[in-house]
Amino acid sequence: MKLEDKKRVLREMVLHRRFEERCYQAYIERKIGGFLHLYPGQEACCNGVMEAARPGHDYVITGYRDHIHAIKCGSDPKAVMAELYGKETGCSKGRGGSMHIFDVAHRFMGGYALVGGPFPLAAGIAKGIQLKGGDEISICFLGDAANNQGVFHETLNMAALWKLPVLFVCENNQYGIGTSIDRSTAVLDQYKRVCGYGIESAQCDGQDIDVVYEHARTAVDYVRSGKGPYFLELMTYRYRGHSMSDSRGYRTREEEEAWKQRDPINILRDRLIAAGELSMDDFVAMEKETDAYIENEVIKFAEESPEPNVADLEKYVLA
Amino acid sequence: MAEMMYWEALQRAHDEEMARDPLVICMGEDIGVAGGTYKATKGLYEKYGPLRVMDTPISEGGYTGLGIGASFLGVRPIIEIMSVNFAWLAMDQMFNSAAKVRYMSGGQLTSPSVFRAAGGAAHQLGAQHSARMEKVFMGIAGLRVLTPSNPKQAYGMLKAAVRSDDPVFINEHELMYNMKGEVPDGEYFHPLEGSEVSRSGNDVTLLGYNISVHWCLKAAEILEKQYGISAEVIDLYSLAPLDRAGIRKSVCKTHRAVVAEEDEAPVGVGSEVIAIINEECFFDLDAAPVRVHSALVPQPYNHTLEKAAIPDHEDVVAAVLKMFGK
Ligand SMILES: Cc1ncc(C[n+]2csc(CCOP(=O)(O)OP(=O)(O)O)c2C)c(N)n1
Ligand SMILES: [Mg+2]
Repeated sequence: MKLEDKKRVLREMVLHRRFEERCYQAYIERKIGGFLHLYPGQEACCNGVMEAARPGHDYVITGYRDHIHAIKCGSDPKAVMAELYGKETGCSKGRGGSMHIFDVAHRFMGGYALVGGPFPLAAGIAKGIQLKGGDEISICFLGDAANNQGVFHETLNMAALWKLPVLFVCENNQYGIGTSIDRSTAVLDQYKRVCGYGIESAQCDGQDIDVVYEHARTAVDYVRSGKGPYFLELMTYRYRGHSMSDSRGYRTREEEEAWKQRDPINILRDRLIAAGELSMDDFVAMEKETDAYIENEVIKFAEESPEPNVADLEKYVLA
Repeated sequence: MAEMMYWEALQRAHDEEMARDPLVICMGEDIGVAGGTYKATKGLYEKYGPLRVMDTPISEGGYTGLGIGASFLGVRPIIEIMSVNFAWLAMDQMFNSAAKVRYMSGGQLTSPSVFRAAGGAAHQLGAQHSARMEKVFMGIAGLRVLTPSNPKQAYGMLKAAVRSDDPVFINEHELMYNMKGEVPDGEYFHPLEGSEVSRSGNDVTLLGYNISVHWCLKAAEILEKQYGISAEVIDLYSLAPLDRAGIRKSVCKTHRAVVAEEDEAPVGVGSEVIAIINEECFFDLDAAPVRVHSALVPQPYNHTLEKAAIPDHEDVVAAVLKMFGK
């Protein structure tokens, strides 16, 4: 990644972190309802991959932990927050909520709540690309535990068989809700599971954005060149509970602390400071500006936006 | 009689059945070490160990089929589906294997399996986590469908379902796990078929199941106090088979019927119950039976839209008043 890009990405990652932390607060204030799954700790995954891809051009699909993937594709944070507030100005018109962020204009094809559901959809989007002859690729971000759905294997087989331009990114945070991966999955290295389908794959550190970026470049280039699907496993960690009702009794505070020592934002920040490109004061200012933006623009927009009209309850059911 | 919560009643039923029979097992996502999303299996992992309290991978089709396969050898699996929305992934095995195996094997095999799922709409869980799917299960030959509306039923139905040689689907409700109620101190087995008169009355029959029984009870109170209308409430705790005799008895007495369901109307409990009313009570009716039901929309996230989509006791009251021309 170029230095200029790194500085921009650091600012984006700070926004992604602060946005999610602000959601946490809004949930406690009951401004956001339903299930809320937050992304802190995993920022280098989405950012590293999408820096190697073309946000807004390549198609992206994911699960319910979806706010940041949408924003990275180009969604306006205001529209994402308004969606979480259930407002008409939300990117899914207040109908979807946190688990169902959609922004097709930016080729963010949506967040889906059923674990594993997006696998074949991603392959289908790749099929669409193939038929239409574009140079886009389809990128599917999902968790480690999703790989235990049967449809994962069905999709891998078809994607390989038909050489579909789809990149599967496995954000391996080692837990599916409260079940650690060693208690749910026979083979811990997820990238090995795709070998049986003849699919190229790699595993790398998901906390260091430079590492993610380098691996993602190889993966993206491979898929875009028409060679077929690729599976990239990123080793990462979610800091917060699975969703808001999770008190994290299934893991130790020490384990959490150890992962926080390798915080993706701090890694990038310290690297830029060491290179003389940034000072700690710059970083603190960046955080402050981000918080001010979130408060004065993002939250304000969500708060002030109108609710959907009850008369429109059945709008969008059928075409 | 001790008072306990719905989830505690379920936990007790699991515990008693597992203590009695080493072939009773339970399986599902986060049911073991974590004790279950709604705590229905709390403490069982510590007591019975990982061979019998199985934390499964996120493989609904796979583990449901695996449980059904084990049931062919006489194992009695209690299979939890975290949310009924995920049951779509397991339905192939539930319907094509468990429900049909007795018939297509000419009675050689049976699947004494129990499927439990949290159903219904909770608060703002959105389109993919708010489905009501009783309607899907109740139309499958070979499958029993139960919908406990209180802790006593939750306890007694699970126990009876485990002992049953048929596959049984138990539809619980996300908003009812913390509901309190009396549960017998001694062992209690709830009938697998029939219905219950939850409140007797003379002017109109309100039929509900699971959460809608509570709308009906609340509506009956309002109707009596504010409008002098005496409503009888029938708890249709078994949706498959439905209790024809119970429905007939009440509706032939009151001559009017309102069916309340959280499901959308098409092809639902309401349409089925009203078909039975037509067949059984046509000449006893003083008014056309009506349904109270959800709007036919994927559940909206927005709170106001969600409220507008789902009925409650006020809709039951309104339906009755309309029926009486008030
Ligand atoms: C089909 C289905 N089964 C179960 C669930 C409940 N559930 C939601 S998220 C989740 C864990 C998924 O873990 P993983 O794929 O590793 O993603 P992560 O949440 O760690 O990002 C489970 C079991 C669901 N949403 N859909
Ligand atoms: Mg995970």
